[in-house]
Amino acid sequence: MPITVPAYGKEAAGRLASMADVTADDGALRRFLHGLPGVDAVGLEARAATLGTRSIKTTAKAYAIDLAISMIDLTTLEGADTPGKVRALCAKGVHPDPTDRTSPKVAAICVYPDMVATAKEALGDSGIHVASVATAFPAGRAALPVKLADTRDAVAAGADEIDMVIDRGAFLSGRYMDVFEEIKAVKEACARPDGSAAHLKVIFETGELQTYDNVRRVSWLAMLAGADFIKTSTGKVAVNATPPVTLLMLEAVRDFHATTGVQVGVKPAGGIRTTKDAIKYLVMVNETLGEPWLTADWFRFGASSLLNDLLMQRQKLSTGRYSGPDYVTVD
Amino acid sequence: MTFDYAPAPESRSVVDIAPSYGLFIDGEFAPASDGKVFKTVSPSSEEVLSEVAQATGDDVDRAVTAARKAFEKWSALPGAERAKYLFRIARIIQERSRELAVLESLDNGKPIRESRDADLPLVAAHFFYYAGWADKLDHAGYGANPRPLGVAGQVIPWNFPLLMLAWKIAPALATGNTVVLKPAETTPLSALFFADICRQAGLPKGVVNILTGDGSTGAALVAHPDVNKVAFTGSTDVGKAIARTVAGTDKKVTLELGGKAANIVFDDAPLDQAVEGIVNGIFFNQGHVCCAGSRLLVQESVQDELLDALKRRMQTLRVGDPLDKNTDIGAINSAEQLARITALADAGEAEGAERWSPSCELPSAGYWFAPTLFTGVTQAHRIAREEIFGPVLSVLTFRTPAEAVEKANNTPYGLSAGIWTEKGSRMLWMANKLRAGVIWSNTFNKFDPASPFGGYQESGYGREGGRHGLEAYLNV
Repeated sequence: MPITVPAYGKEAAGRLASMADVTADDGALRRFLHGLPGVDAVGLEARAATLGTRSIKTTAKAYAIDLAISMIDLTTLEGADTPGKVRALCAKGVHPDPTDRTSPKVAAICVYPDMVATAKEALGDSGIHVASVATAFPAGRAALPVKLADTRDAVAAGADEIDMVIDRGAFLSGRYMDVFEEIKAVKEACARPDGSAAHLKVIFETGELQTYDNVRRVSWLAMLAGADFIKTSTGKVAVNATPPVTLLMLEAVRDFHATTGVQVGVKPAGGIRTTKDAIKYLVMVNETLGEPWLTADWFRFGASSLLNDLLMQRQKLSTGRYSGPDYVTVD
Repeated sequence: MTFDYAPAPESRSVVDIAPSYGLFIDGEFAPASDGKVFKTVSPSSEEVLSEVAQATGDDVDRAVTAARKAFEKWSALPGAERAKYLFRIARIIQERSRELAVLESLDNGKPIRESRDADLPLVAAHFFYYAGWADKLDHAGYGANPRPLGVAGQVIPWNFPLLMLAWKIAPALATGNTVVLKPAETTPLSALFFADICRQAGLPKGVVNILTGDGSTGAALVAHPDVNKVAFTGSTDVGKAIARTVAGTDKKVTLELGGKAANIVFDDAPLDQAVEGIVNGIFFNQGHVCCAGSRLLVQESVQDELLDALKRRMQTLRVGDPLDKNTDIGAINSAEQLARITALADAGEAEGAERWSPSCELPSAGYWFAPTLFTGVTQAHRIAREEIFGPVLSVLTFRTPAEAVEKANNTPYGLSAGIWTEKGSRMLWMANKLRAGVIWSNTFNKFDPASPFGGYQESGYGREGGRHGLEAYLNV
């Protein structure tokens, strides 16, 4: 399942280039981001809640469960991670349900940079990607050269995807250009000697950005800077992915695509633990961006415990009975 | 592969609809005096659901007499005692809400998503709210010990059968009045189920009486000399006829009539949420809403952007089986209403407005109308002036706030309006200038029992809901 980099048509490239003037300087960027339509919190949350009431049953549920499994970035981001733990996770990613080989594989295994080589080796030619959180994850509090070195290190070790955190302090103090330049620099650091590049996911830590207006602005900022994916959160703070924040990011991606022709992916991360929740997110994607985004190339779940619930629901659909946690593997 | 939602129908088995129903008079179900009945059908399938009695003038008389008799004891009860009954009714409605939601969707054609998530919670909330007032009438602002009026004759429409019943019955009972209510001809069932709830709650006989029938029943009820208060929600034409009937009598009247609300979107509005508000404003309940935002006034500078977004959003609306939990737009309530909507939409086209609907397949049986958008509408078009009462949105444009106010107010109606802007000062300025009973800001079609509701001009007079809603049932 190789990630297809969108083939920007001439027209799209032109439209993107015409956006260049909004990032010409600090003032232009600020004016542009603050000129985006506001977000009414009550209305956004009401819409997300309404989409959450879609009732997904039988064939649609089976489809959604398999789709959700194929979109998971199966994640372990603990200080206590060992090569053994990472190898176990990789094995699970390849065969999520040992009793049922029809289960799809996950999209990627997400680890810290020092575990990339281990994961890469364990995954072999399974086609599963290795994603790595670089740039001084999760706080992002390090000097730019350190962040870039972190990124290059992960790419050199074989990471297919880099999940970078933005400097929330710079964003909140209004230094948008600093954030923009940093994303651009990290994107450049994703380049490999052979001319290819690791995919860049930009993590906003929306729980720290607090307002929905900020989320819309930071989404545009990251997309203008060249993010391949925009991602809600690190999973390391109190508030991580929420349906309204994800919906808002999907809307920003939709509008960016309409404006520039460039397709960007979305990854909610943290706190998505149940099949029911995952399906709500898929419904949001379906009704906001539609079919082109309903693949692992353009939508991911950052999760560690979601997979087991999806597998139990999958078993329930195929057998008609609930099995229980002993019928799926612990990582 | 595509992510098609498999059908997710709500089960009908939670509702037990009898093959026929009588009139609910003095705590008992009884046939009409001349034995006449009529059928009620499900608008989504044209299936006959049940037969109900056609009340005659004699039946009206019997019901009013029963209500008059019950009034003596009911009005003499301490407010706290009346509150107990109302609280009990509210709780029974909550307990039976699934059953009532399915029933309402079957009889009315509205999607279960709305009857389950909007109608029923609001029905219970109205009874809870007015139950709370029953022992506090001394503090409602009408002086100490305000007195009830007597027998209330209430006639309600088919768009929100149970919710309109709650709007009428809850304040009437809380203030010590007794009630004779006539539900709409096409949607009588939930009122008859409510009669059963009254019995379940042990409500004294005669306090609530339900008469099913057509317009003639309603006319007889309104004209009955022993009715002290008339409350009507429905069309402006019928409202005018009622006003003529009661003119010169000492009956107190409230009328909630038609509307042609303006939903005004400024260029600084939160556009994504405005699109949702527009959709909710006109396509909620198939547009069968008297306060529906049927005229979209959009600032010219964002017209293209907003209309693109609106059309894109309309493509995702799901039209079909009202009992499917994923249905957004259900069936038109009756063949007559469908004919009226069709005629007005055709007039829109004939007068030169541009018509647009998303591609959606409509079921073959039942009464259906695709969500429809008209652009290039001017104030001179019929579709900008007449109430369509269906899923048809007319889009007009404006350039300045003053022009928006002028166009919004240029209507014989005045029930509601919506303003979409991020600028608080402009929102408040607009709200002061608009002649409408309810003005929503950055939202639309939000209802709350504590909030008064009512109209200007041909949208009627009097207020329902909130503390203001008590006045209509008190001798003040």
